[in-house]
Amino acid sequence: MSNEKEKIQAELDAYNASVEKAVARFPERANLPEQRLYTPLDIQDTDYADDISFPGVYPYTRGVQPTMYRGRFWTMRMYAGFSTAEESNKRYRYLIESGASGLSCAFDLPTQIGYDSDDSISEGEVGKVGVAIDSLADMEILFDHIDLGKVSTSMTINAPASVLLAMYIAVGEKQGVKPEQLKGTIQNDILKEYAARGTYIFPPRPSMRLITNIFEYCSQNVPKWNTISISGYHIREAGSTASQEIAFTISDGIAYVEAAIKAGLDVDAFAGRLSFFWNAHNNLLEEVAKFRASRRIWAKVMKERFHAKKEKSMKLRFHTQTAGSMLTAQQPNNNIVRVALQTAAAVMGGTQSLHTNSRDEALALPTEESVMVALRTQQIVAYESGLADVIDPLAGSYYVEAMTNKIEQEAWDYINKIDEMGGAVSAIEKGYIQKEIQDSAYKWQMDVESGAKVIVGVNKFQVEEKPVEGLLRVDSSVGEKQKQKLADMKAKRDNEAVKKALVDLEAACKNENENLMPHILNAVRTYATLGEICNVMRKVFGEYEAHTNL
Amino acid sequence: MEKRIRVLVAKPGLDGHDRGAKVVARALRDAGFEVIYTGLRQTPEQIAEAALQEDVNVIAMSILSGAHPHLFPKVVELVREKGMDDVLIIGGGVIPEGDIPALKKAGIAEVFTPGTKTGDIVKFIKEHVK
Repeated sequence: MSNEKEKIQAELDAYNASVEKAVARFPERANLPEQRLYTPLDIQDTDYADDISFPGVYPYTRGVQPTMYRGRFWTMRMYAGFSTAEESNKRYRYLIESGASGLSCAFDLPTQIGYDSDDSISEGEVGKVGVAIDSLADMEILFDHIDLGKVSTSMTINAPASVLLAMYIAVGEKQGVKPEQLKGTIQNDILKEYAARGTYIFPPRPSMRLITNIFEYCSQNVPKWNTISISGYHIREAGSTASQEIAFTISDGIAYVEAAIKAGLDVDAFAGRLSFFWNAHNNLLEEVAKFRASRRIWAKVMKERFHAKKEKSMKLRFHTQTAGSMLTAQQPNNNIVRVALQTAAAVMGGTQSLHTNSRDEALALPTEESVMVALRTQQIVAYESGLADVIDPLAGSYYVEAMTNKIEQEAWDYINKIDEMGGAVSAIEKGYIQKEIQDSAYKWQMDVESGAKVIVGVNKFQVEEKPVEGLLRVDSSVGEKQKQKLADMKAKRDNEAVKKALVDLEAACKNENENLMPHILNAVRTYATLGEICNVMRKVFGEYEAHTNL
Repeated sequence: MEKRIRVLVAKPGLDGHDRGAKVVARALRDAGFEVIYTGLRQTPEQIAEAALQEDVNVIAMSILSGAHPHLFPKVVELVREKGMDDVLIIGGGVIPEGDIPALKKAGIAEVFTPGTKTGDIVKFIKEHVK
């Protein structure tokens, strides 16, 4: 073997010498971060059995399921929601009829931050970036004629995740679907809200309690539910690099597992329902390496650090969304190509579910036509490209294996540093993670402005453009309609029952040992509103105040 | 010595996406301006009050949620009500072209959409601040 290595090294040296002249003619391509060429020498420390192994086998580098897409395709889960529950219900039914296999609900900002549509702070925001949900009454409309026993639903909801989950359980009850049959995911990842996305409500400690309460409640009552989707997506959108995306996210994951163990839960009772959410950027090969590295790191964390016994606890299952921040407002049709490449990365990286962005999302919410192109992109990759025919097709590529190792190492360096700082919660409180992300975002912007990073249509190959026509607009009357609906609902409900449920919830909030989920579920069933429930928690827990350091 | 230009970078409304606001804030600082960042979820009243307290020359707002038609004009109105007639007010974010004329009519001096170079924002401020 060492003879062979020497032979390769000698030939590599000869190759490098022979191309030196040619390379010198293109100085603009000389300083890329990657080597020009990768060879067996770059992966000589990689052991197939230990580091790569087989799909469905520790450390799951090649995928979490033994058969991956040879069994069935990933879930094509399109993220949608806008305006009212009625409008969003129509879009969901349209997507299901078009072949989407799972739903993914986008909520408007007042819902995400626990305010009712009639709150003064909600003015101008109701129904804009997602659907407005004030109470169980809206949730019933949202899932009208959609069988919760058959569809799986992902809800992008964090600070008030417990309330929306309770509403979903209650809608199921009304449809005659038992909680143990419900399938889906709540995002429920508060740490990345403080670090990157900004839709927090409460301070970290009570937020962590709500999360562990959900872990515990679901492990006993809603066993098929993914109780958290630990999200790197937003960390990347906020400007991080690929290595930072997985490092900061896995550090958050470690914090959740620690909190749950500290609350007395057995690691194998909840870890199998933890899921992840990654971004798919433009650099296809780097992204594939990122997905592979992330699986290997999580498997090691769960086995070596938390001593998980069940295989399921060690498997990093993830949803992917193509990178919204990589879409350009310029020449928006080019975004179709970007999304196709990102889709290829997610599929070759072994995602369990995927949302593809629409070409017009740097301009507005997507139109029905754009959403169709985005969904068709997934279907073309699945059925026509051949990428889904072979499991982990890039394994063994000198470059992809070397990149997987490199990203893993860079991520461990960050994870170890965050550990030394006392974990993700302290690192966020110190502003460390935010600062690292901001530095990367600023470097990216400066590279784009200097032309070191080419964005087609933005800093190269620009054209004169006509304004894009036919963008989706959310009717500004949505806010008024939603307020009226809320007032009508409040006039009809049993206000005494609401009051009693909220008093009971407040008492439970004050008792740290009590699981809040049953109390939230009771309140939701009386048609107490999201705002009323969150206000009770605000009163007891207080609100988080962010750093404004630059 | 000439007084340095003071800029308030603000995030009105509930949207938490502040990558753009923070990148712009840093670029403005690197260009020699004094920059104050409000943080997230500021009401128009809070922004106007901060502009007055901080005695700024420029208010630069960023919104990605679609609430700009409601919130941007409200800030202009409140700022002018407080007698800050010279303060330059600019905005940016995911803002459809079709919305821009109405925003300009409401007193937003310029609207910067995705793909803008931070250098162009610096230049605009230098040319238009009174």
